[in-house]
Amino acid sequence: MPTWAESKIMHHNSRLITSEPLVIGRSAPRVDALTKVAGEEKYATDYYPENYLWAGIKRAAYPHARIKSLDISQAKNMAGVISVLTSQDVLGSNRLGIFEKDQPILADGIVRHYGEAVALVTAETKEILEQALAAIMVKYEPLAAVFDPEEAVAKDAVVLYPGRADGNVLLRGEISCGRGAEALVDCAFTAEVSIALNWQDHAFLETEAGVAWLEEDGTIAMIASTQTPFRDRLELAEALKIPPNKFRVRVPYLGGAFGGKDGITVQGFLALAAQHSGGRAVKMWYSREERFLAGTKRHPAVMKYTLGCDREGLLQALDCTILMDTGAYSALGGEVLELAMEHAGGPYCIPHTRIKGAVVYTNNPVASAFRGFGVPQVAAAIEQVVDELAKIVGFDSLTFRLKNAVRRGSVTPAGVLLTQTVGMGECLSKVQEHRLWRERQSWQKSAPPFKRRGVGLAACYHAVGFGPVIPDYANAKLELTTDGRILVSVGVVDMGQGNASTYMQIVGHILFQGYDNMELVLPNTSRTLPSASSSASRTTFTYGKALTEAANILKERILARALLLFSFQLLEQLSVQDLVLLPGRILHQPSGREVPLKMIAGFMDHSERIATYSYTCPVNKQVLPTGKNLRHHGYPHRVFSYGVQLVRLQVDTLTGEVEVCDLLNCIDAGCVLNPQVFEQQIQGGAAQGIGYALFEDFALQEGKIRTNDFSTYILPTAMDIPNMETVVVSLAEDDGPYGMKGAGEISIDGVLPAIANGIAAIIGTRITRGTLTGEKILLTLRQAGKEAVR
Amino acid sequence: MRLNFMLNGKETIVDTQPDRRVVDLLREDLGLIGAKECCGAGECGACTILVNGISRLSCLMLAAQLEGMEVTTIEGVAPEGGFDIVQQAFIDHGAVQCGFCTPGMVLAVMDLLHRNPQPTSTEIREGLSGNLCRCTGYQKIVEAVLAAAALLNGRRG
Repeated sequence: MPTWAESKIMHHNSRLITSEPLVIGRSAPRVDALTKVAGEEKYATDYYPENYLWAGIKRAAYPHARIKSLDISQAKNMAGVISVLTSQDVLGSNRLGIFEKDQPILADGIVRHYGEAVALVTAETKEILEQALAAIMVKYEPLAAVFDPEEAVAKDAVVLYPGRADGNVLLRGEISCGRGAEALVDCAFTAEVSIALNWQDHAFLETEAGVAWLEEDGTIAMIASTQTPFRDRLELAEALKIPPNKFRVRVPYLGGAFGGKDGITVQGFLALAAQHSGGRAVKMWYSREERFLAGTKRHPAVMKYTLGCDREGLLQALDCTILMDTGAYSALGGEVLELAMEHAGGPYCIPHTRIKGAVVYTNNPVASAFRGFGVPQVAAAIEQVVDELAKIVGFDSLTFRLKNAVRRGSVTPAGVLLTQTVGMGECLSKVQEHRLWRERQSWQKSAPPFKRRGVGLAACYHAVGFGPVIPDYANAKLELTTDGRILVSVGVVDMGQGNASTYMQIVGHILFQGYDNMELVLPNTSRTLPSASSSASRTTFTYGKALTEAANILKERILARALLLFSFQLLEQLSVQDLVLLPGRILHQPSGREVPLKMIAGFMDHSERIATYSYTCPVNKQVLPTGKNLRHHGYPHRVFSYGVQLVRLQVDTLTGEVEVCDLLNCIDAGCVLNPQVFEQQIQGGAAQGIGYALFEDFALQEGKIRTNDFSTYILPTAMDIPNMETVVVSLAEDDGPYGMKGAGEISIDGVLPAIANGIAAIIGTRITRGTLTGEKILLTLRQAGKEAVR
Repeated sequence: MRLNFMLNGKETIVDTQPDRRVVDLLREDLGLIGAKECCGAGECGACTILVNGISRLSCLMLAAQLEGMEVTTIEGVAPEGGFDIVQQAFIDHGAVQCGFCTPGMVLAVMDLLHRNPQPTSTEIREGLSGNLCRCTGYQKIVEAVLAAAALLNGRRG
């Protein structure tokens, strides 16, 4: 069993690591790269505690059914099986969920999606586990099911939760500004699009995993791959009827998450299994197929947009509807809808709008958070209708956007007053000057035989944080250890984006230290302080601010104590301005004397050596007359990042295949703390956008996933993603540490519409349904008589 | 069965089932957790190891196939107290994000550079197309490989 004390502390073995003091604004290699590249980094998947058991799940074979009987006797009696657990063994509410608690840990009576968890088994080996799962006999009475969100809102629809007032509708909202949709009649020009977007799987490489065990005092200790350790405890406590302080959760680096580990995945099973394993550790690790089956997805969406402008090309009115499918359980469906609606009109000034949205239950897989959180969906719609309208009015797509872009002080189409930095105009101007835009016509004309070339672009914005109601908080903790090192305790998960390393950079910058004099404690509910989730483009934005303050406090204390020491040595009154922190030591500049940090630490009490700071982000206090029921879900936000993405595409007229030849990201995410880590975020998000647009053709048939491995669900490979250029617009945002804004999501938002606009420009028709596959493009070319055109 | 092979330069004898998957043998029996399992079906490359210097997928190999072979896992790549040039290039060029693909990617690069010491960007992208990465968009990986190749060629020259 792993001891709790082995909590992740950054160590570098004997390998050399730079002692150069870290500086904000300069690229520094990520400290976690050292252990990751060596294969030494232990993820949740890599714990094999002594004498551990394997735990696994019996899953539903129907998308909607009543469990008539559940016979576990045979499985229970098998040699090597430790426990077979059902909903009967769950002592609490057996309901998980963040806002709406509707998802059972183990089904109790009805299953609502294919692959829902029905029983939990722990066994000595994986082989015995498989046999025991197969030996569980479940008899189902299949129920009528609903798979289409439009059918789900029809009058005679199959209802998943008969007690709900609004049928299958999880959340419905309307945002109306100015004269609303009526203003469309006064527009000189209008354009319409109707877009239906597919599901998307996060496809993080580390599938859901963890280990857990029961300690002697009844505490459930857990090492899990989660974005939300502190919130998970609260969720588990209610569902399992265990006090929240009886959970200890430790979170190593995650092997990717992208929203897919925002909330409970295996943690409920692990806790329950640990309660019934006599103190032995239990281990779970989803197979890839199980991940596809049980993991959350990006919400598919059906959107209808009508956009109008006046004679001069100034946008006047928008009428749109957004319908999202959240599958069988709510998860973060309501919040995704809110963010989608708030961003529905794009980063433009449109005085008259009506934005109608609904997110509904179906018997499909569960949809929840996925990088972008509803914004990639609405960006796909608004950015395509903007292109259509630009064409009708006679503007090029960039000039038209620039003409209508929001500025600081503008009001968004959702009525939100933009009080913070707005870099939309700057991003567009920079793209306008860029050679990829200026040379677009010559590039288009130079297409080789059987190829057609085009350029597409999209402009986007993305809110930072949770909005006005849910506290966007962080608690930073720093310690000067007795050996003079700085311990950075991180309460917010690093799912791969490198925030933990950035935290060391912030502390190093303030305290003048290099990596070699700092250590990291990764999230651990008994060693680090509570912080909200790693999500919502708010991770470094919020935690970084708390950490900056904690570091300033510690610095002040270190210098004050050093001042005393120097005063005794020099026998005179000194000023703190005479002192300078240096790597591992403090210098008294006038005398040239130095004392090591270790000595200062020896003169400080334990309570003085630890600095903490609690920070909650400011929120938008605007009182909006519309969309009132969306407020709890995040409406309105205060800070937004901005971006323009441009793609150069080449379509093969023989095969329909699309090649993304170039991708330009022009991003305003405020000032950049670490350019290398910033580029990682932008490039990675854009690559997922390419997958979303062109490759990841998720297929469902009556609630059953047909694409449940990487030979059917196609992720982009190194051959499918071009070299990208990232141009930075670094406006200083006062809310963020060192002027930064969130950069985790903005780069996925515009890729699909930029590609869709490029393809439409090439083939002359818009493909409005699902993933933009070669087959669809070829069919469109064929119908237009353009197939195999030289 | 009793299995005799070289593992990271050390003669290794293990008693195991001949049909045990190599990825399980490495991770569960020998504690070498650097080989990651991500798809279990030979589609992602995260479990890549080198067998006689050639990249192989340990989720598709059975223990018996290791008999008499020279096996290198990510744990056996770095010189004492340092990093292999490819590893160092991955660190310096920001090619590591979540890091779950990284061990397999590094080993695939080592094999690639052995076969083709001066690859073009296109050849690198082709050579690594069996290794999926969900975080980086591959660009910084390609840059790292180009840098590692330049360094290695400088040394040879």
